[in-house]
Amino acid sequence: MSKPTLSLDGKLAEFSPGQTILDVAREQGIDIPTLCYLKDATPTGACRICLVEVKGARTLVASCAMPAGNGMVVQTDTPEVRKSRRLNIELLLASGNHNCLTCEKNGDCKLQALAYAYGITDIRFSGQTQQYPAETDNPLIVRDFSRCILCGRCVQACNELQVNQAIGYGYRGAKAKIVTTGDRPYNDSDCVFCGQCVQVCPVGALTEKKAKGLGRSYEMTKIRTTCPYCGVGCQMWLHVKDGRIAKVTAVEDAQPNRGMLCVKGRFGYDFIHSPERLTTPLIKEDGEFRQASWDEALNLVATRLKAIKKKHGADAIAGVSCARSINEDSYNMQKLFRGVIGTNNIDHCART
Amino acid sequence: MAGLAASFGSGAMTNSFADFDRAKLIFVIGSNTTEAHPVAGALIKRAVMKGSQLIVADPRYTGIAEHAQTYIPLKVGSDVAFINGLMHVIIKEGLQDQAYIDAHTTGFKELKAKVAEYPPKKAARIAGISEDLLIETARKLASVKPAMLVYTLGITEHTCGVNNVRSTANLQMLLGNVGFDCGGVNPLRGQNNVQGACDMGALPNVYPGYQKVEDKAAREKFENAWSVKLPKKNGLMMPQMFEGIADGSLKALWIFGENLANTEPDIRHVEHCLESVDFLICNDIFPTETTRFADVIFPAAAWSEDDGTFSNSERRVSRVRKAVDPPGEAKPNWWIFREVAKRLGQEWKSKSAKDIWDKEVSQLAPALGGIKYSRLEDDGLQWPCPDLKHPGTACLHKDGCFTCGLGNFQALDWTPPAEVPDKKYPLVLSTGRRLYHYHTRTQTGRSGGLNDLLGEETADISLADAAQLGVADGDMVRVSSRRGQVVVKAKVTRQVPRGMVWMAFHFREGNANWLTNPVYDPISLTAEYKACAVKVEKA
Repeated sequence: MSKPTLSLDGKLAEFSPGQTILDVAREQGIDIPTLCYLKDATPTGACRICLVEVKGARTLVASCAMPAGNGMVVQTDTPEVRKSRRLNIELLLASGNHNCLTCEKNGDCKLQALAYAYGITDIRFSGQTQQYPAETDNPLIVRDFSRCILCGRCVQACNELQVNQAIGYGYRGAKAKIVTTGDRPYNDSDCVFCGQCVQVCPVGALTEKKAKGLGRSYEMTKIRTTCPYCGVGCQMWLHVKDGRIAKVTAVEDAQPNRGMLCVKGRFGYDFIHSPERLTTPLIKEDGEFRQASWDEALNLVATRLKAIKKKHGADAIAGVSCARSINEDSYNMQKLFRGVIGTNNIDHCART
Repeated sequence: MAGLAASFGSGAMTNSFADFDRAKLIFVIGSNTTEAHPVAGALIKRAVMKGSQLIVADPRYTGIAEHAQTYIPLKVGSDVAFINGLMHVIIKEGLQDQAYIDAHTTGFKELKAKVAEYPPKKAARIAGISEDLLIETARKLASVKPAMLVYTLGITEHTCGVNNVRSTANLQMLLGNVGFDCGGVNPLRGQNNVQGACDMGALPNVYPGYQKVEDKAAREKFENAWSVKLPKKNGLMMPQMFEGIADGSLKALWIFGENLANTEPDIRHVEHCLESVDFLICNDIFPTETTRFADVIFPAAAWSEDDGTFSNSERRVSRVRKAVDPPGEAKPNWWIFREVAKRLGQEWKSKSAKDIWDKEVSQLAPALGGIKYSRLEDDGLQWPCPDLKHPGTACLHKDGCFTCGLGNFQALDWTPPAEVPDKKYPLVLSTGRRLYHYHTRTQTGRSGGLNDLLGEETADISLADAAQLGVADGDMVRVSSRRGQVVVKAKVTRQVPRGMVWMAFHFREGNANWLTNPVYDPISLTAEYKACAVKVEKA
């Protein structure tokens, strides 16, 4: 049986049952803008930015939530569609404090990008002013409700991606707010600080507290790496500026973590910048450590190992490698012990 | 890992994290997934949300247990009896996959005879659960195919750790679940590169790629590759190294990036050994409780200050990239070992991590032969990956074709922990990790904010024991064992069953390893972190 098809901007496209109009359009390389759409989560259709025209439909349709139908005729970029999207963007801009100059998200904000793309230069509506004060009680995540557009991506990410079920919608109408159980601050709630809400927030409502002031997104170099904590091996981006990691985000669509991180992976990076780091070789003399040059320390180790081997044999020497460091380090260490010192006394804490 | 290697021929997670949210039935035993492997936990929770069945067996009612349809409050250290009981029921009711067993395994007859000795009544009594729960769980496990089994250190950190592991392998072979997507036996490795350190041969009995030291052909291969003569006999495992220090036969110890003074059982004994060894060398990024005892400390480049690779639980080799320069004069660890080799008369050719991997590791380890840095740009590759065209292996022992030919059933008897509660020490101490910290906090303790989320160790006790001891949540208690004592805050919680104390080893103050018992599995020499006897008093 042949696959069902629909017409997208005049072109026929095949699809699999269950795909939404948005899914099909993205497959076809047609860019429909979205704000609330979150991959792998149930569509909410909350933001009304992905509206498209479907022939025969009473109103414009949210493409992220509408299943593709056989024979559907869809237009993604008509004047009507653009007008509607533009109006929705204007309303969102009027709904809170969207002053980009003072926003941590400047340059990496979907609302800002949409306003630019749709040529919005001033805001026709006078919106509500800030209703809820920003929450800065916890050490990791700033919740600035004045910038929240209630798209619900954070709610979907918390409930359907990480399944931590710590946040949801609260209150009604103009008073609506994203809340924890009992509307308590994060650090007094079920929140486990995985930071998935921050990762998916399209605007500046949820930001990393530790990254504040360390640089704009466009000043950062993004470097992909693997998390240094547990054995899952999550893929992450290090956002680096001036020799400093400003923040960490998950790599979307990567195996094995598919855009997720936990509290340690997302927020446990700045130890490398600690002033307590060891910065020179140290040699103990009369019970006290003193600084030494590499040559002195390396020579001392080589001399002592040689002497111990000579007197007691190679098996009087043993090494414990590191289950945290890179493969190449462990390889060289076991090679040193086996091939140079001459003992198989090499282990690591596979057992902890 | 010794356990799985003996059962299947390969000591690694059989399946992939990609299966975790697709599996139809997941059996989690001895894994506090949502705290120790949170992203793996999230995938399992997603599976449940989409309609999968989840069975969790754990002495504690953990975060992942909250998502399970069936929770089994297993008594600490009863795993072999419990799983034997499950297998008893499965065989008695004819629910095993006989065709799979006949085609792909050996030792079924002996297993059948052994588990016949574990009827539900006996197994359930040892496990501290009801017979009905045991029978119902056995039937449930057999009702969905394939079912996936996930375990962590709750299985391995026992004096019977290898037998525990082999029991999980027995169960999954009995049900015909090994060698299929969304099935298998899946140990979640505790540390980011514990799999890699094993793969690289940082073990006393194998070279890189699990080629045996005692195998002449393997030895000759490495002798040729490195142009050296190599020692013939296996070396010492870590606990044996400490014995060697104690008896004077071991004179020098080189500790690379491990804080043994906090992570090993019975801190007092470990520190005595570290103090008494003639010459101690440490590579580290911070001064730690362990480096205090060093004669020489080398300052090392940390994660993100050096290029390299990690190998995760699912055997995936992924790139680690340099983002910033190491501080001061700190250097990559591979460079440090290379420099010492040079001073001992050997000039190694490889001058970068990429050279080491591409020109040595992947040349010498057959399962890694197809893995080169140029192929690791995106999502990495899962070994075995024997040649440059190979896409990597998501699922081991495909269709029941085990690495070792036939899968080995092993008939096993239950043995209790080495130290069980008595009149003087009436409670069981079990240990592990908590969400907000990692091991001895050398990293998380120096990352802003995490200490604010969890700032001190606690002794987690049940409501019932708290009431009996007259202890309220937050009261200071003294926890003591035959090794030592600590004074910490009590955390009174529904997570912990009556008769148990649960602690972690993140903080020097109140570290559980002042109390834990330095007794080991006879094969893997894994310490019994999960069970020792303690008493708790109001401090």
